[in-house]
This record gives sequence, structure tokens and C-alpha cells, in this order.
Amino acid sequence: MFEILKKFGMPEPASAHASGIDDFIGYVHILMLILFVGWFAYYLLALFKFRASANPRADYTGVKSHMSTYLEIGVAVIEAVLLVGFAIPLWARAVEEFPVAKGDPATDPIEVQIMGQQFKWSAHFTGPDNKWGKQDIKSASATNPFGLVGTDDEGKDDVVCALGEPFKVPLGRSVICRISSMDVIHSFKIPSMRVTQDAIPGMTIPAHFKATQVGSFSITCAQLCGSGHSVMRGDFEVVTPEEWEKWYAEKAAAGGGAGSFE
Amino acid sequence: MSTATSHSHAPAHGHAVDHHHEPGFWQKYIFSTDHKMIGIQYGLTSLFFLLFGFILVMCMRFQLANPEAPIPVFGKLLELILGDAAKGGSMTADLYNSFGAMHGTIMVFLAIVPLAFGAFGNYVTPLQIGAPDMAFPRLNMASYHLFFWGGVLMIASFFVPGGSAKSGWTSYSPLATVAEFGKPFNGQTMWLIGMVILITSSLLGAVNFITTIIQLRAKGMSWMRLPFFVWAQFVTGFLLLLAFPPLEAAGVLQLSDNLLHTSFFLPNGLVVSGQQLPVSGGGSPLLWQHLFWFLGHPEVYVLILPAMGIVSEVIANNTRKPLWGYRSMVYAAMSIGFLSFIVWAHHMYLTGMGTKVSTFFQTTTMMISIPSVMILTALFVSLWGGSIRFNTPMLFALAFLPMFGIGGLTGLPLGFNASDIYLHDSYYVIGHFHYVVAPGTIFAMFAGIYFWFPKMTGRYMNELLGKIHFWISLIAMNLVFAPMFIQGMRGMSRRMADGGTAYYGADDIALTLNKSITHAAVLLGLGQIPFIINLFMSIKNGRKVENDNPWKATTLDWATPTPPPHGNFAAEPVVFRGPYEYSAPGSKADFLPQDQKS
Repeated sequence: MFEILKKFGMPEPASAHASGIDDFIGYVHILMLILFVGWFAYYLLALFKFRASANPRADYTGVKSHMSTYLEIGVAVIEAVLLVGFAIPLWARAVEEFPVAKGDPATDPIEVQIMGQQFKWSAHFTGPDNKWGKQDIKSASATNPFGLVGTDDEGKDDVVCALGEPFKVPLGRSVICRISSMDVIHSFKIPSMRVTQDAIPGMTIPAHFKATQVGSFSITCAQLCGSGHSVMRGDFEVVTPEEWEKWYAEKAAAGGGAGSFE
Repeated sequence: MSTATSHSHAPAHGHAVDHHHEPGFWQKYIFSTDHKMIGIQYGLTSLFFLLFGFILVMCMRFQLANPEAPIPVFGKLLELILGDAAKGGSMTADLYNSFGAMHGTIMVFLAIVPLAFGAFGNYVTPLQIGAPDMAFPRLNMASYHLFFWGGVLMIASFFVPGGSAKSGWTSYSPLATVAEFGKPFNGQTMWLIGMVILITSSLLGAVNFITTIIQLRAKGMSWMRLPFFVWAQFVTGFLLLLAFPPLEAAGVLQLSDNLLHTSFFLPNGLVVSGQQLPVSGGGSPLLWQHLFWFLGHPEVYVLILPAMGIVSEVIANNTRKPLWGYRSMVYAAMSIGFLSFIVWAHHMYLTGMGTKVSTFFQTTTMMISIPSVMILTALFVSLWGGSIRFNTPMLFALAFLPMFGIGGLTGLPLGFNASDIYLHDSYYVIGHFHYVVAPGTIFAMFAGIYFWFPKMTGRYMNELLGKIHFWISLIAMNLVFAPMFIQGMRGMSRRMADGGTAYYGADDIALTLNKSITHAAVLLGLGQIPFIINLFMSIKNGRKVENDNPWKATTLDWATPTPPPHGNFAAEPVVFRGPYEYSAPGSKADFLPQDQKS
């Protein structure tokens, strides 16, 4: 039954946590459907049975049973179960249980800074040295969204895919996105990954996902950000770990991002 | 007594009849202090804004179905009025955003709230509690005039350079500040000044309603004898009084950000279009959201409580039986009032909220669904055992129940934050709140108009036109809003000027639905023509009412002469019983008016 609901039109889930969210959306919709169909059937019956021509004098008291009270309590209990059993843990997983680096370069989470600006997304990886290049808010400009200073050694291998340039992430490895914005509020949404996080200037907010399918995916902006809001599309690819290592090394060797902003 | 016809110029035998002579045109229609005239002023003005907001969204819907194509006929007119923003008759993305922001603002603050609270509240509340007028008639007049000029300012903002506000009806900072940065007098500035005026108007109204309901109830009208409509208005008054001031303050702060380049809502290091923004920074964009939604969520109940009030009156009257669980409905309305102040941040789940805070807000959100369900349940259960008359007001009131039900139920996956991760800011949200407000609240407003029209004019509205209006509206509303749930499920984000073409192949269902929704919206627009004809034709040509109480109702509003004169009641009413004594055992008539001794 959940499969039917999922096929209702949601894009195929492509991340490890997506099925949990999808199942939850399914449970809530089943509850909604049962309540609606039940009440609606009662409603039609009542309208038909108690039309004035069939029932010329109304009954002063009406319903005497406590059925509806039990029903309300039932709904409250189910809501409580959904809340405690599903919504809170799912949320905690999404916003608190971040994958931790264990020192194994092949499985450690990859960190990426995501910057929104009118009307492009940019991504910034540390490069193979796992160290961020030096950044200064005063260096930030339209073409240097991360404000990379570009004079330090750590920044030499940083990988920057700026202004909508598609980036790549590996399959089956956690990606932690540190999301911010340089101008107005955007929202970083990857529908296929079931990831949404507002990109708010002055704040950096993390979100994480682990891709379970290779392919091309799109990032949409889910918060009105100006005249180009509807075309603020970003694209990225999920590739096999081997392919990703190769791409990463090539990008880093090419001087990555930092140098190119000089 | 109340079924006998009495004339509006009945011989004086009470405090209510005024002895001064007939006021002139300006005094009577423009600067009136009579709550009924002010109610009608509010009603006509807000119906105009309802139509205006609808025309804005029709332009947007055309754009969504046919991105970048010129709007037929109307596009030329737009180009004539707005110039380059509608060049060649098609909308720029900026104009789309303008219309979007103004559609929301106008529908919420200039159409629905003034219709629900200003029009029905003003006209009906004093009548139902047996008062000769509002407690502060001049304040009431001031409140309408502020509302009117606030509305004029909002419309005028379309004509300033750069066009009207275009940062959504929520006007999130920093976008609202940087959108036209450096232009001191832009659409956003006018929006903020307009909002401050509108809020002031609402505050005056709220104080007036609360005072009136507490102080001016007729003899014998104890709290639990108040019609549910009055309770709904009473709670609404408190919501407006307590929720609006934070937004008024926030509006002034944002105005200062825009004009004086302060940084209440602007953080450090903003780089806009490649330029460091010349402001000091240090502010918080989230502060605006908190202040906005602290109003924004109680505002939702400002939209819905008066609607529930109207529906309750119409349902009690047309089932010919008391409302089931009247007391529980009153307590539920009060609980909604309290809880609505502690749910606001569920609009902000994705602003980086931790588990503890979000757990608090989603728990309160689930809690507030319970009193809403209680009121809806009470209305559903009230049908059982009734003797149901299917006249036009009743059709609209009955349709409100399942339509508001859909609106409420689809709030669940948005209120739970886990599902909101995916559905946030998608078309699912648009579908959800439009079900609450359009086939929900607006249907209740229509029910109210058809129901109280005979009291206001002494004539019925036409039943056939009314039924045509009802059925077309019901079908079209569902064809417009139900497909939005599918679009949202498919991941379509809201506020996309191109209707989502940048993300989907042209053959995607989500885009196909854009076209079908637009067709349904045209149908919805056409369906309102019989209503407009009916409303104006019936004033002079409608069937005359047989007596002062044509629906055989129990509440005091029907114990007045028709239409009620200045001062309302021919004699000071005294209340002997509860509001809904229909089909009481032992009584021959199937209704016992509140002011009838036995």
C-alpha cells in the first residue's frame, strides 16, 4: 500500500534516509485518507437520511453516543504515535546525527560548502588534503562566492564548482553540506534525496545525505529569492567512488577553485 | 414577537430610536458611525479586493500555463497600465513576483479578514448580542477609513518605479530590503506603510469588538447564551489585538532597514550582485521571520474562526436543531486562541532548527489540530437527526465542512517536520492553505452573504442563480486546488515564475496540470458572474421577505426590524434562553427565539 502512495508522483528516492521520510508521508496520508473517507461517508449518509422531506421535525438532542469523542481521542493518540515514533526520530537523524569521520579516507564523510547567490549554487570541497583554504568575508565577490583568499597552501587543492557548475559526489558515502547564502535567503532542495535546508545569509547550516543511486540530480531553490528564483537550478552527479576519486584528483590538480579567482 | 413584521420607523418606545433627522449622503454612506453601514462598507470594499486579488492570480495562472506567452486581451491592458514590466502583454519574472506578493497580501489583509471580521463582525455581532451599536462608533468609522486608505496605498504601489512589493506576502528580509536597494520610495516601502496602516485599523477594530461583546450584551445574554458566531468574533478580536503588534513593530524596523539603511534584519557580509552591501550588518534575517509568523499563525485562525462562526449559525438554522456540543465548541475556540500563539515556528522548520525546539513546535501544532477537529466534528454531528433544508446559504455552509476538512488534514504532513522536509514550500503547501481559505473560508463568507442578505435588504437573493454559483464554484475550486497536491508531491516548488519549466521536461504531469488548473480557474471566475449579478439585482428586484425572520431563526439578529434602523431594536431585547432552541420538545413551533418569553 505504501508503494502505491509513493508512486503518487514523488521522484524515486535516491538517498539512504529517503525511504524513512517516504514511509512517514505514506502513513500520514493513510491516516488522512481513512479519516476523510469515514467522515465523508457519514456526511453523505446524514445529508440523505435527514433531508427535510424525509424528516420533517428535527430531533432536539441528536446524537447521544460518545462515539465522536472516542474518535477524537483515537486521532490524538495516532498523532502522538506518529509524532513520538516517527517524526521526532526522523528529524533528529536529519539535523543532529551527523556522520563522524573515523580516519578512513575511503568511507569518511565528505564535507562540502554550499553557497547560494542570486541565482546560482556553488560548491566548495577541501580537496585531497582535507583542509579548507583560507576564506575571508571581504574577499567574497560574485565570482568568488566562498571568499577564498587564494594565497595559502591549504587552498591550492580546494575544489570549487562555482556559479552552477555541476559537481560530483560519490555513491554510498555520506556528504555533509554546509549551507549558506551571500545575499538573500535561498533554500537548498534536492527532491530526489529528500533534502531541504534554507540557505540563510549570516548563518551556516549543515545537512547531510548518502546517495544510493548513480545519476544526475537537480537542486532547486525552494525559497523565493528574486526575479531569477525559478531558474536557480543546480545540477550534480552521483558517480561510483572510483570515478569520483578520479574527478576529484583532476579538479584539485587543475588548481581547483582558489587559484582561478586571483 | 420576532416573526411579526415591524417597520423601521416604528413609533418610539425605547432608547433605540433616534430623534434627529435623516442624515445627508456623506453622513449616511461615507462617514457613518452606524455599525451596519460600516459593515456594508467593509463588505463591498473587501469584495472588490477579493475580485482584484483574483484578477492578479488569473494573470499569474495564465503565465504558469503558458510561460512567457502574452496574455490575451488583458495583456495589452497590462502593458498600457504598467509599461515595460508587461512588455508585449507578457509578464516579466519581476511582475509575476509582484503579483504573487500582492495577491497574498490583498487576499489576506484586504479581502478575507475585512470580510470576515470587518463586514460580518460589524454587521452581525451587535445585532446578535442585542446592542444598539458598537461600543465605540467613531473608532469603528476610523477603523474602516484606515483600512480603505491602506488599501488605496497598496494599489497605488503598482505604479511607483520598480512596481509593487515583490518579495512574497511574507516579505522576508534580506530580499525585501535588497530587491530595490537604494531606491528610497519603492513598492516595498509602500507595502510596509500600507501594512502599518492596515494593522492600526485592525487593532482599533479588535478593541472595539472585545469591548462591545463584554459590555453591550442585552439583559439575560449570559456568556453561554451567546451565539457561536459571537464567540468566534470574540476570540478573533483577541488574536488580532495580541498578534498584530509584533508585525507592526517588525514593519517599522524593516522600513528603517529600507530607508535609513539600518541592519535590524541584515547580517554581516552581504554581497549582492557582486557588491558588498554598504550596511553595517549584525542583524538577523530570522528575527523578521519570527516576528512575521508570530502574527502569521494566529492570522490563520483570524481567517478561519469567523468562518466557523458563520457556518455554525447557518447549520443550526437549517438543520432545525441545536448545535451539537455547543459548549465544547466554545472551549475549543478558546483553546485555538491560546494555542495559536505557540505554533508559529512550524513555518520555519527548515531554518536550521534543532530537535528540541522543533519537537516543541510540532507538538503544539498537533495539539492545535485537536480543538479544530472538535469544532468540525461538532458541526458534522449536528447534522444527525436534523431536518435539513438545502437552500443556498446551507449548501455553502455544508460544502465548507469537507473542504475545510481537506485543508485541515493536508496540514498534518506539513505540521510533522519529518514530512515537511520534503513538502516544505512546495505546491502541496499552496493546495493546503487554499483549501482552508478558498473553499473553506470564502464558502463560509458566501453562506453568510446569502444568509444575512434578507436582513440587510428585506429581500432574498435569487435561489437559482445562487445554486448555479454554488455548484460551479465547488467543482472549479476542487479542480483548481486538488491537482496542486500532486504537483507538490512531484517536488514542484512554489513561486516559480515559469511554472517549473526549468526543472521538468515539458511533458511532465506537473506542467500539464498547470494548464488544467488554469482552465479550472477560468471556470471559477465565470462561476462568480451569477453571484455578482445576483448580489446587485436582488437589492431592488429580489423576492421580498415575508417577515422580519424569514429563516425562522432563534438569534437576536432576526428580532430586529428589516432592515434594522439606526439603533437596531424597536424595543430593548431581553434574552430568556440559549441561542439554538430549535425543535425543542413540548414546543409547537420548531424554533424558540432567544427573546421570546416562552
